Amino acid sequence: MQPFITHTGIVASLDRANVDTDQIIPKQFLKRIERTGFGQFLFFDWRFLPDGSPNPEFELNQPIVVGASVLLARRNFGCGSSREHAPWALADYGFKVVIAPSFADIFFNNCFQNGMVPIRLSEEDVEELFRRTRAAEAAGGPYKLHVDLPSCTVSDDAGFSRPFTVDPFRKRCLLEGLDDIGLSLQHVDTIAAWEAAHVLPAGE
Amino acid sequence: MSSTPRTLLDKIWDAHVVCTPPGELPLLYIDRHLVHEVTSPQAFEGLRLAGRRVRRPDATFATPDHNIPTTDRRLPIADPISKQQIDTLRNNCREFGVRLFDLGDADQGIVHVIGPELGITQPGMTIVCGDSHTATHGALGALAFGIGTSEVEHVLATQTLRQAKPKSLELRVEGSLHPGVTAKDLVLYLIGKLSTEGGTGHVIEYTGPCIRRLGMEERMTVCNMSIEAGARAGMIAPDQITFDYRRGRDYAPRNFDRAVAEWERFPGDPGAAFDRVEIFQGGDVVPQVTWGTNPAQVVGIDATVPDPTAFGDPNERESGSRALDYMGLSGGTKIVDIPLDRVFIGSCTNSRIEDLRAAASVVRGYRVAPTVHAMVVPGSGRVKRQAEQEGLDRVFRDAGFEWREAGCSMCLGMNPDTLTPGQRCASTSNRNFEGRQGKGGRTHLVSPAMAAAAAVTGHFTDIRHWLYR
Repeated sequence: MQPFITHTGIVASLDRANVDTDQIIPKQFLKRIERTGFGQFLFFDWRFLPDGSPNPEFELNQPIVVGASVLLARRNFGCGSSREHAPWALADYGFKVVIAPSFADIFFNNCFQNGMVPIRLSEEDVEELFRRTRAAEAAGGPYKLHVDLPSCTVSDDAGFSRPFTVDPFRKRCLLEGLDDIGLSLQHVDTIAAWEAAHVLPAGE
Repeated sequence: MSSTPRTLLDKIWDAHVVCTPPGELPLLYIDRHLVHEVTSPQAFEGLRLAGRRVRRPDATFATPDHNIPTTDRRLPIADPISKQQIDTLRNNCREFGVRLFDLGDADQGIVHVIGPELGITQPGMTIVCGDSHTATHGALGALAFGIGTSEVEHVLATQTLRQAKPKSLELRVEGSLHPGVTAKDLVLYLIGKLSTEGGTGHVIEYTGPCIRRLGMEERMTVCNMSIEAGARAGMIAPDQITFDYRRGRDYAPRNFDRAVAEWERFPGDPGAAFDRVEIFQGGDVVPQVTWGTNPAQVVGIDATVPDPTAFGDPNERESGSRALDYMGLSGGTKIVDIPLDRVFIGSCTNSRIEDLRAAASVVRGYRVAPTVHAMVVPGSGRVKRQAEQEGLDRVFRDAGFEWREAGCSMCLGMNPDTLTPGQRCASTSNRNFEGRQGKGGRTHLVSPAMAAAAAVTGHFTDIRHWLYR
């Protein structure tokens, strides 16, 4: 996994609550057996018209957010299906950070496995970021945010700065780009001892 | 062990923490790992690339269910990409020594149907699967939850998972359900009250007399949909109903009575504290129908489609309006006046034998409305054979239903079973998200009996007034 330390990027805003993983990556693209190449299908049914052309009304198709790497959304982002194809699609498209007031649990965990940082901010702070994004875009430029993982801070160039929390273990894995299976296998003797001490349920 | 009273979650959790290395998340031991074709190929590939093996092939069980046709199993799979995914599962299971209930195997079926049915699921266990509806197994008093593919790989390699302990939420349901009101109506009602994120970060334990009265398969329906309220898992303490269901199944413990004695220790202690408690009345629940594009957008059959512009919360107002637009509905329409094009009876929520019995009893002596295309997809090969022995397939076929082979089918429409744009479906499945059953398709979630009645009349119908023949 690529380490994540700091990141500065263009913000794309998706002003919707309860964005489910079926929308992030529709089921017709889950037949692939690879981990890569899902970005082209991200938000497919919202992003493309029935004839396959880009939907000019969809937020990510606006020219001003070309190259965006920070996604701003409303609460309960990533709800529904456990499909890790959702963070794979977001990461493959270029997103490094997702900011929302709340996330669904499985999606939240899946992000860390893919070097992507899900950041929970208050409803008020998210509202403020939507406001700042709209204002910057109305003035003709994209809105950018900086994310500093060592200090757990998200900030812009115009005075916005907020702390966020990340589980210390997840943070370390992100900063060092650790393979957490490799890390867990360092405890393989403890696991084996535990197995030996615990007769599996009901004497199997 | 401490003498503090503990909940069911506490007991299972404590019994499975292998270690908590300094500065790391606890390693939780996983007793059973269920695997299907869609979320596992990348995990097996990861093992292969790293030269790792499956630590406990004997605790790992696989079946193809999400992406398989439900038509004649003797025919080859038409879609080459789907075929590749199913072949990949087959090859991975062979290479890593995992037991596979393959297509054509008499015991193949939806992973959350066959786990309990074969007895792979046991009280007190930790169970994971790369599928959000894994909470189904919590109905037997297990801690069961969905995980992503990277975590699938972690469990395959280590038989453990890195997990912070979730919070506990007691959902106590007092009283009992009225006739015609089912476990599906109850759980839809609860999700409507909690919202789609009301359970986030929590494991729900369903308690109270109304829950205790539910049969084992009804409990599975309730626990199955815990994720739709955002919960990590749902569980119900094991009792005599659990033990009776569990006895005699294929993977039953050799010494069953000793196992029961062990399982009886799992229910929470009196006075054990939950992080949060919510109390509901079973008698308040009427048959439920979803009107929107998430499972919390739900009302009773006797209600009208709500007017989202009247919602207080701005997020709910926006998502409600979007939902009505997508669903082609307007506020004020009576639910019973909504006409249907399709009816789907199936999914890990409602495809077990009791679900099919309930639907068949409604359909018996009637015909499917000429405007409706209706299908029944049993949850497993065993459910299908049982239904056929009872003659339920004849009841459905005589009425004009299609009778299919076991799989997830139109619950998520990965296989050819999909809605076409604009089609409206009464579905016994678990998600009514945009495009879930097919791009542009409109899904209304209901119980099996309500779906069956809607198939006959061509519109939603209050099952409480049904004339059974």
